[in-house]
Amino acid sequence: MRSKMMAPFTVEKVRDLKVGDTVDLNGRIFTGRDRVLKHLFEGGACPVNLKDGVIYLCGPVVIRRDGKWLVQASGPTSSMRAEPYMPAIVQKYGVRIIVGKGGMGHGTAKACAKFGCVYLEAVGGTAQILNQCIQKVGDVHFCREFGTTEAMWELEVADFPAIVSIDSRGRSIHKRVQSSSKRILKKILKDSPPFRG
Amino acid sequence: MRGLPDLEKSLFELIRRTSTDLPVDVEAALRRSLGKERKGSRAAWVLSSILENVALARKKDLPICQDTGELVFSYHVPIGFDVNALIAETRSAVSMATQRGYLRQNTYDSVTGAPYETNIAYGLPVFQFHHGARKVIDVRLLMKGGGSENIGCQYSLPDVNLNAGRDLDGVRRCVLDAVHRAQGDGCPPNVAGVCIGGDRASGYEHAREQFFRKLDDKSPVRTLAKLESKILREANRLGVGPMGLGGAATLLGVKTGALSRLPASFFVTVSFMCWVFRRRGIVLGSEGEIGRWLYR
Repeated sequence: MRSKMMAPFTVEKVRDLKVGDTVDLNGRIFTGRDRVLKHLFEGGACPVNLKDGVIYLCGPVVIRRDGKWLVQASGPTSSMRAEPYMPAIVQKYGVRIIVGKGGMGHGTAKACAKFGCVYLEAVGGTAQILNQCIQKVGDVHFCREFGTTEAMWELEVADFPAIVSIDSRGRSIHKRVQSSSKRILKKILKDSPPFRG
Repeated sequence: MRGLPDLEKSLFELIRRTSTDLPVDVEAALRRSLGKERKGSRAAWVLSSILENVALARKKDLPICQDTGELVFSYHVPIGFDVNALIAETRSAVSMATQRGYLRQNTYDSVTGAPYETNIAYGLPVFQFHHGARKVIDVRLLMKGGGSENIGCQYSLPDVNLNAGRDLDGVRRCVLDAVHRAQGDGCPPNVAGVCIGGDRASGYEHAREQFFRKLDDKSPVRTLAKLESKILREANRLGVGPMGLGGAATLLGVKTGALSRLPASFFVTVSFMCWVFRRRGIVLGSEGEIGRWLYR
């Protein structure tokens, strides 16, 4: 199913999504990656309201021209690195949507189910398609300490395309692919003829 | 640099083009992969988005991916050539490309955590020199995404868990295991660069060196060419698929090289490139201008 989602991203809207659904996000989202997430996890102050909000694991290419920030390219970063922090952040701040790539682990899937959150996979590396969805660059936080890449950017997006890969029942495409590919790997290593040169 | 007035401009152009314009051999491999996926499948959707993005980045003259990666500069220079000026000009081109948004601010101090705004720091970019009996200089650039760098790994044979012995079948088992472990974390379809042998340090370097080969070439060593195609075939049966969301295209290629080893050591090192396989090269003319492009 393909659906348009508008902010605020309430728990009811999020609970309706199922793995495999395609979503077009509309509204304000916040970037946050390694440094920001570690900071929040360790109890540091959060400069924005993440309730019913979106955390976008993204470190954009940003330049400053004529006193304005220009985002030149932006797309998701590997989410697995956020696995130690994300369950606690989802619980504490009421985050409803995580956008990243490559999937997340058991802890995050469990938090998604318990607190009502989904993980969306945006296609990694497609920084121009995704960048076109940014309508407006708002405030930026932690820019001096963490640099433009690791800063927290407020972005207004329109029809930002992504696919639900972990839903609020904790079902995960990543887990499914991992276990099926493991089965195939075992079979190849057992049954395929060895390489003899 | 004296005698090469156009050098900095050429190096800037090399960086700009590498960041924005995916090489044709990689794009062709992605297109072939799309042809093998089921119509209307998730994998087909992912690959179509990828190809659309490649075209868009080229048209808009903007980075294909926001992770402009680790910059690995590889220079082939005449014997006795003074490389210091070459490094200085490259640094200045990197700094300029960062200011103009062709490169992300992508370098951090590992002790203090401070960002380096120009991407010039101790240890980065990476500079490699090959001195040889030649008259011209060529410069190759690899932009290696962090996600794909993170999934690289090294095995020491024998490996009991993989039933991998100290032979080429053991190598095959390690590479397949590495591909499976990586799942979607390094933006598949990936290219695997493999070093058979060497030591802990040289293994990783030689595995990465494989990415300067053309994607559609064949190893000149017949045994390795056969090994590459067997691993490629088998890895693409795993079903990890584009971005790890399932599908046929898990690897675009396998490139293996070998270094001699000690009798006690038998390392297998696997390095990966993401689908945004950014690699280009130039041959410099007498004024430092771009004489011609490598890799077409």
